[in-house]
Amino acid sequence: MTSRRFTVIQADGVTEVDAVADPHHDTVRLTAAAVEQSLGWQRKAEGLCRGDVCIPSRRLEGVEGTDGLIDLAALASLLARPLAIDVDAGAAFVGVAAPERAAGLARFDAPDFTLPDLDGRLHSLSEHRGKKVFLATWASW
Amino acid sequence: MIVTVGFERSVEDAREWIEAARPTHPSLIDTTWMVADLYNVVNVPTVFWIDESGHLVRPGETAFGSNVFQEFTGVDATEHHALLRAWVRGESPPPSRDAMREYQDLPTEADQQARAEFGLGRWLWEHDMADAATAHFAEGERLAPHQWTIWRGSMRMQGLEPMGGPEFMDKMTAFIEAGGRMNKIIP
Repeated sequence: MTSRRFTVIQADGVTEVDAVADPHHDTVRLTAAAVEQSLGWQRKAEGLCRGDVCIPSRRLEGVEGTDGLIDLAALASLLARPLAIDVDAGAAFVGVAAPERAAGLARFDAPDFTLPDLDGRLHSLSEHRGKKVFLATWASW
Repeated sequence: MIVTVGFERSVEDAREWIEAARPTHPSLIDTTWMVADLYNVVNVPTVFWIDESGHLVRPGETAFGSNVFQEFTGVDATEHHALLRAWVRGESPPPSRDAMREYQDLPTEADQQARAEFGLGRWLWEHDMADAATAHFAEGERLAPHQWTIWRGSMRMQGLEPMGGPEFMDKMTAFIEAGGRMNKIIP
């Protein structure tokens, strides 16, 4: 088991945190501070909290060790978020769960996004609210 | 208003195409396939009609800018153009949501797990860990083999040729023969 820097990738950004990696068991454990920094969940006396929501401490069995470290895969599973992990490379992608994505699309919401053009200028879909928009995705491949 | 989003490894990969097209509309570059995740884009080109209140009028569907690839795709691009014009000009009302719901492809758990694998693979590729990346692309493809944005969209990051290369042709042939869908056409 070695302490190392570990990269947590999400759709809206990348965070580098301290982690304890165990390549033999393919696990990565994060400090509570690292969990808060990367995923926004804060360890409080009552549990793991974000905003008004708290996961009570009794549900953290198997997620949080007696040493206070939090197993990333067990946490992702508890949060029902898809996780792809590469312990050797020191990185993991934490995605957005299908029900959350599906709920918005089922309401016919067009999710907002902000992306650059060729000159690096950022554009958001929401800038065009009030007009009909034809959104076309393409690729050169 | 037209907004285009290209799923490309880098701004430079997109440059020659956008510069050749000289668009007057926002032509955006998505190097992380963020919009594919947000909208469950399975293949390209996929288009969306969005109304004045920011709602989808029709689910994502295949539509082409021209008939350049008609022989390959079997799709006549002009049919969609006519529908689009009529909606934009207010000549035809938007379709009912109930009618459109049956064409909606909502992402599944496997789709989202596959996107996590793709997202990790893409990041590893960007950080010069191509071998590690390939394993995650393969896992993404295994989990959601119908997601062209994953299997075909990762080919260049695996050193493979997605435009007619042998690996592409073999995969596409097997996929279509197994009943896989290339285009999604909504009447």
